[in-house]
Amino acid sequence: MRGYLKWSAVFLAAALTLAACGGDDGGGPEQAEGGATLAFGTSADPVVLDGALVSDGESLRAIDQMFEGLVTLAPGGTEVVAGLASDWEISEDAMTYTFTLEEGVTFHDGEPFNAEAVCFNFDRWFNFPKPFQGADASYYYQTVFGGFAGSEDALYESCEATEEHTVTLNLTRPSASFLAALALTNFTFGSPAALEEFGADEGRINADSLFVPTGTYGTEHPTGTGPFMFSEWRRGDRLVMERNPDYWGEIPGNIQTLIFRPIAEGAARLQALQTGEIQGYDLVDPQDYQTIEGDENLQLLERPAFNVGYVGFNQAVEPLDDLAVRQAIAHAINRQEIVDAFYAGQGVVAKEFMPPELFGYADDVTEYEYDPEKAKQILEDAGYTLPVKIDFAFPTDVERPYMPDPQANGEAMVADLEDCCFDIEVRTDTWSPDYLAKADTGKYGIRLLGWTGDFGDPDNFIGTFFQTPQKAWGFENDEIFGCLNDAEVETDIEARTSMYEECNRLIMDFLPGLPYVHTKPALAFAANVTGYEPSPVSLEPFSLVTVDE
Amino acid sequence: MIGYVVRRLLLMVPILLGLSILVFLFVRALPGGPAIALLGERATEESVEQIEEQLGLDQPVHVQYGRYLGNLLSGDLGTSVSTRQPVTSELARRFPATFELTIAALIFAIGLGIPLGYIAAKRYQGVLDNVSLVMSLIGVSIPVFFLALLLKYIFGVQLGWLPTIGRLGITVSLEHPTNFYVLDSVLTANWEALTDSLKHLVLPAIALGTIPLAIVARITRAATLDVLSEDYVRTARAKGLDPLVVDRRHVLRNAMLPVVTVVGLQTGLLLTGAVLTETVFAWPGLGTLILNAIRFRDYAVLQGGVLVFAVIFVLVNLIVDISYAFLNPRIRYR
Repeated sequence: MRGYLKWSAVFLAAALTLAACGGDDGGGPEQAEGGATLAFGTSADPVVLDGALVSDGESLRAIDQMFEGLVTLAPGGTEVVAGLASDWEISEDAMTYTFTLEEGVTFHDGEPFNAEAVCFNFDRWFNFPKPFQGADASYYYQTVFGGFAGSEDALYESCEATEEHTVTLNLTRPSASFLAALALTNFTFGSPAALEEFGADEGRINADSLFVPTGTYGTEHPTGTGPFMFSEWRRGDRLVMERNPDYWGEIPGNIQTLIFRPIAEGAARLQALQTGEIQGYDLVDPQDYQTIEGDENLQLLERPAFNVGYVGFNQAVEPLDDLAVRQAIAHAINRQEIVDAFYAGQGVVAKEFMPPELFGYADDVTEYEYDPEKAKQILEDAGYTLPVKIDFAFPTDVERPYMPDPQANGEAMVADLEDCCFDIEVRTDTWSPDYLAKADTGKYGIRLLGWTGDFGDPDNFIGTFFQTPQKAWGFENDEIFGCLNDAEVETDIEARTSMYEECNRLIMDFLPGLPYVHTKPALAFAANVTGYEPSPVSLEPFSLVTVDE
Repeated sequence: MIGYVVRRLLLMVPILLGLSILVFLFVRALPGGPAIALLGERATEESVEQIEEQLGLDQPVHVQYGRYLGNLLSGDLGTSVSTRQPVTSELARRFPATFELTIAALIFAIGLGIPLGYIAAKRYQGVLDNVSLVMSLIGVSIPVFFLALLLKYIFGVQLGWLPTIGRLGITVSLEHPTNFYVLDSVLTANWEALTDSLKHLVLPAIALGTIPLAIVARITRAATLDVLSEDYVRTARAKGLDPLVVDRRHVLRNAMLPVVTVVGLQTGLLLTGAVLTETVFAWPGLGTLILNAIRFRDYAVLQGGVLVFAVIFVLVNLIVDISYAFLNPRIRYR
C-alpha cells in the first residue's frame, strides 16, 4: 500500500508541476514572423469551404476570408462596391451585365484570375449535378437565380469572356436585385484549375442512391483570390489561414495567421476569451454582455440589426380577416415593454417588416401605439362583443436571434391581449418540425416568428413574405403583390427605393402582421483588437483587423 | 477460456442486430427531421420534400432499414447530413479524443480513488474516512457541467494556470500519426506538444473523473472493509506474514473484484457519453458529435454512433469478466 501511496503522491505532484510551469495560455497571441496571430471562437465547424454549396453562417464566415466575387459590400453596411470587378455596365433592359475585371489578380495557386475563370465558375454553378441542387446546399443560388440548367425559371442564360478582363453575363429576364446578390459569399470564385484537379464536383452514388462527395477541394484545397489562404483544417479543433503575400489589394490589418476555433458553448467561448486562448468570438450570450462590458481587457461590438421578429396573422382564420381585429391586436400589445424586458438591451422596437439599415425603409409608415382602450373601441365600433376569441401560437425549446425567449414573449403578449379585449387559446409546439411546419402551412391563427436577412435587398424581407399568396399569411392583396413585383424588377436604384418605401406603407396599412423587434447580435474581442467592422449581413473581413501588442 | 471468449464475441452479433433495429426506429420517431433542422425559417414544403427525397427518407421504413443493413454489412455507415462526410471517418476521427480523455479521467479516478477508499477502510471511522465520505457525496452531487465551469473559472480565468478549451494550444504544432495527442507527441519527440496536450487534459479529466472517483473510492472502501473482516485475513496475519504482504496478496486482490466491475461500467459510461464535459471544454470527441447529431436529426451519425457505443460497452464488459479469472483463481470459464 505504501507503494501505491507513493505513486499517487508522485502523480499529484506531477500534475501540479505541469500546471504551475509556464501558464502561457493566459498571455495573449504570439507574434508570428511579420505579423500577428488571432484566434477567433466560432460556434461550429464550417461544413465545406466551397461557397456555392453552403448556407450556414460558419462556412460563409471562413469562405469570406479566402474568396472574393465580382462585387462586395462596403464594410459595416449593405452598399454594393467594387470587388474583383472594378467597373460595370447594366444594359437598358436590365438583362445584360458587363463587368470590367481587375488586372494582375492571381488565385492562391498562382493561376490567373480573368474573364474565363469567371465564366468557368458561373457555368459550374448553373450546371451543378442534381445532388448539388438540394435546398440545403444551394439555397442562395436558387433564391437568386431561380433554377439550374434545364429549368424554366432559371435567371442565368450565359456568360461570355469577351476579353481577357471583360466579362458579360446574360440573363433571361430583367432583374434589379441581381447586383446586390452577386455580393453574396455564395458567388465568389474558385480557381478553375483547383476546382478540376481536386474534384469539386465529384462524387459517387452510394448504395443508398445518395450522392457522396469525394473530391477534396472544399475540405483540403479551397483556392480563392482573397487576403487569406487556406493552411490547415482539423475538424472540431481549428481552421488555420495564412496571410496572402501576393494579394492584389490592400490588407490594412496586421494578422499573419488567422485561426477559427469551434466552441459550441457561449459560456466556454467567454472563458476562452478571458484566458486569452482566443482573441474574439461571435454570438455572445445576452447574459454575458455585462461581464464583457465591465472588463477593461475586453470589448463588446454590436452588429447593426438585420432581422425582424413579428406577430404573424393568418387571415384564413377568422376573425383575423377583419382589419379592425388586426388593428386592435396591434394596439393591445405593449411591444416596448416586451423588448425592454426580454432582450437584454439588444433589441429595438420594430415598426415595419425590414430593418432601418436597409434601403426602402419608410419612416412614415402607419404606427400602432400601445393603447388598449383604443383597441377596445375599434372592436366595439366594428360590432364585436368582447372578448374576441383567437388562438395564439409560439414555439418552445428554441432560441432565435430575433427571439431569445419565445415563451416569455408569447406569454407576455397573451397577457396583454387578454387584459384588453381578447380570449386567447394558447397553442405551443416544439420548434422543429411541428411549429415551423404548422406555421408554414397556415395551421395557426396568430403566430410568433421572424426572419434574418440574407442579403442587402428589401426583396429578401418583404418580397419573401408578401410578394405571392402564401398559406402562412392567408391573404390575396393585388395592390401589395403588384407593388412588390414592380419594385423587384426596377433597375434604377432611386426609383426602386421609393417603390419599396411605398410598399412598406401599404403593408403597414394592411397589417398582415405586427413587427415588434429588431435585434443587434454582439461580438466580443480582447481590448487590443481594432479594426473589426460588424456587418448587418455578417460579411466581416479579418483583413481589416489589427492586433496591437 | 478461449471458447468462452469466442462465445461472448459471437453473442455480440444478435445484440448488435437487435440494437440496430431499435436505434433505427427510435431516431425516426424523434420529432423533426434533418430537413427542417437544416433549413429553419427558410423551410418551405417544397424544400423539405426535396431534402427528404434526396436523403431517401420518403421510402417506407422497412425499405430504408433494408438499405441501411446492406450498407452496414459492407462497412458503409452512411454519410453525415451536417458535415457531408462519411460517418465512419467522423467516428474514427473523434474516437481517439474521447478515448484519451477517458483514460485520463480513469487515471485520475482510480489513481486517487483506490488509495483513498483503501485508507478510509483501514482507518475506519477515522478523520480521513469521514472527510472522504463527505467529499464523495459532494463529488457525486455536483453537476458535471457546473463543476467544469467552476474548474475553468478558478484554474483558467482567475489563476491562469491551465487552458480551458481544446486539446492543444494555437501556437503549438504537432504531427498526428495516431490522433492520440499525448502518444503523437511522444512518437514525434515533440516535448512542447507533450506538456501542452497534458495540460489540456488536466481540467477535463478532473471534471469528468470526479463522479467515478467518488464511486470508486466508496466501493473500494466497502469492499476492503468486507475483506478485512474475513477469516483468511486473520489467519494470514496470525501466520506472522508481513502486514504489507497480507495487504497486497490477500486484502487488495480480493477487494478488487467489485472495484473492477465498477471501473468497467464507468469506463463504458465515460467512453460513450462525456457529452457535457466535452461541450464545456470544446473537446472534439464523440460526445459533441452525438449531441450535434441529435440537434440536426443526423440519423446516419446517430445510428453509427450508437452501434459503436454498443460494441465498446460489450468489449469493455468482456474484458472485465475475463479479468475476474485473473484476480480470483476460483473463477474459471469453460
